[in-house]
Amino acid sequence: MSGLLEIRDASKSFGGVQAVTRVSLEAQKGEILSVIGPNGAGKTTVLNMISGFYHPDSGRISLEGRDVTELAPSRIAELGVARTFQNIALFRGMTVLDNLMLGRHVHMKTGVLSACAYWGLAQKEEVVHRRRVEDIIDFLRIQDLRRRPTGSLPYGLQKRVELGRALALDPKVLLLDEPMGGCNHEEKEDMARFILDVNEEWGVTVILIEHDMGVVMDISDRVAVLDMGQKIAEGTPDEVRANPRVIKAYLGETKAVPSTGGSRV
Amino acid sequence: MIYREAGQFKTSYASDQAIFPIAQDRAVVLLALAAAFVGPPLLASEYWLQAILIPLLIYSLAAIGLNLLTGYAGQLSLGTGGFMAVGAYAAFKLTTAFPQVSIVLVFLLSGLVAAGVGLVFGIPSLRIKGFYLAVATLASQFFLVWLFNKVAWFSNYASSGTITAPDRAVLGVTVTGPSATASARYLTALALVTVFALVAKNLVRGRVGRSWMAIRDRDIAAEIIGVRPLRTKLLAFGISSFYCGVAGAELVFLYLGSAETQAFDIGLSFLILFMVIIGGRGSILGSVLGAVFIVLVPIFLTNAPHALGLRLPVALQKQIELMVFGGLIVFFLIVEPRGLARLWQITKEKLRLWPFPH
Repeated sequence: MSGLLEIRDASKSFGGVQAVTRVSLEAQKGEILSVIGPNGAGKTTVLNMISGFYHPDSGRISLEGRDVTELAPSRIAELGVARTFQNIALFRGMTVLDNLMLGRHVHMKTGVLSACAYWGLAQKEEVVHRRRVEDIIDFLRIQDLRRRPTGSLPYGLQKRVELGRALALDPKVLLLDEPMGGCNHEEKEDMARFILDVNEEWGVTVILIEHDMGVVMDISDRVAVLDMGQKIAEGTPDEVRANPRVIKAYLGETKAVPSTGGSRV
Repeated sequence: MIYREAGQFKTSYASDQAIFPIAQDRAVVLLALAAAFVGPPLLASEYWLQAILIPLLIYSLAAIGLNLLTGYAGQLSLGTGGFMAVGAYAAFKLTTAFPQVSIVLVFLLSGLVAAGVGLVFGIPSLRIKGFYLAVATLASQFFLVWLFNKVAWFSNYASSGTITAPDRAVLGVTVTGPSATASARYLTALALVTVFALVAKNLVRGRVGRSWMAIRDRDIAAEIIGVRPLRTKLLAFGISSFYCGVAGAELVFLYLGSAETQAFDIGLSFLILFMVIIGGRGSILGSVLGAVFIVLVPIFLTNAPHALGLRLPVALQKQIELMVFGGLIVFFLIVEPRGLARLWQITKEKLRLWPFPH
């Protein structure tokens, strides 16, 4: 059995710091896989290796059986991997609509010459992709924000628009780096609902990094735990919750798991 | 605006994405354009056409070109003068070698030559950004001007090193060279600016322009959604240089008549950059407004004291002119760092609701 996205023994060091050591992860088609761990555990580095910002020093990453270890970020996007960032990376000078239209970039083919003329091929393509973007706008309930520059939006909405931009790519794999970080209770609930809907209705495989244990345990199919750059546990939320190594990593002693203090969805 | 857009409903995405979605806007722009084609040739004096309107149009074209690169794609360039020189010398070489080829085609080909040169000098942008890139583009400015100065082949071995625009006709009307009328040259420049402004607008509102702005706003996020930085930046350099090349060819053929390399020195690069900054980065209209500002304000300042009845010594007046001009630039940048285009936009939004505050 092979997963949709496979990471085999990936290691990455920066100077003398070993950020990730021989981590293997496998995301099955259609699941929500959460990656958790204390700060500095190497979660974001794993995501960066998947999306091509870093290439692992050793190990292999494959998507649908195809080796993508050394591909550039833009190539990996073309293969259907989209992501959001921990500290929001929207195009601040552009409108919400343009941000989402950029999500369609890999699906658009207009060349320079037909773009110069616009009326004809380019316009037809714009309209086709606009339709898809409007679906996402409706899904995320941001109809009133179309023409707003993203830089002027409140934090929670920026997170939502960023999710929308990733969704516009029609990804096979969606990488979410702390989509609820800094959000209030209500925004977290909305976001969790969006993630579940995307996963269930559109069949998108989700790899989620999140610190809110309540959300993670509630919506994940499986959870992988990193600590100090190594994977220390993997399994269903219940298995992970009961794993003594996980408890040790989080609390430093063997007592109770950080109970689900976050939101229930 | 003073008019109301109530009752205009967009029923298709195509109409929502039009350049001027509001009917009145479309009408006003078309009327203004028609007036620009008909009015000045009939009404304006030779001096106005030759000394003000023609350079205005040519600078607008160059500013649009630089705005595509700097305003939209976020790549700061000080090589504009060099790329314009490439266009001018290419046009000169082409039209003297192939006199029978239409001059409009020569302009376009010169633009292509400039685009090729721009691509080469755009390669450093893949590694360096911001001010460092600006310094790297200076290399193109100095190298190109030096090259045209040094290699006599470019000026057909003229002893003075000057290139001179020969007489060339479009549809039987002479539009370049000593025997072309100012009206003919004005109309040629206007037609080219109109077409290329439209093309630029089409580029920036679609896939290409969005990928430029993505690279400008957040290059990492641009890559992550599949924008290829290499291709996108080089495309911006190429197209921008095309515009500058055509503008450079026009500068010699429609405005100066003859020129040496000094016409394309670093001062020209700065002048065009100022137009982009004052007009508004990331705005086609802004490029034109910036050119209008830089060309017209000094002329206004020159004539203002006289109109007010003040008699100042020429030297003093020149000094005051420079000081006021500099002051105005600073003033506008403080009032609105995003330029005249943004001021215009704000005015329009305010008028849309006027006289109600909300």
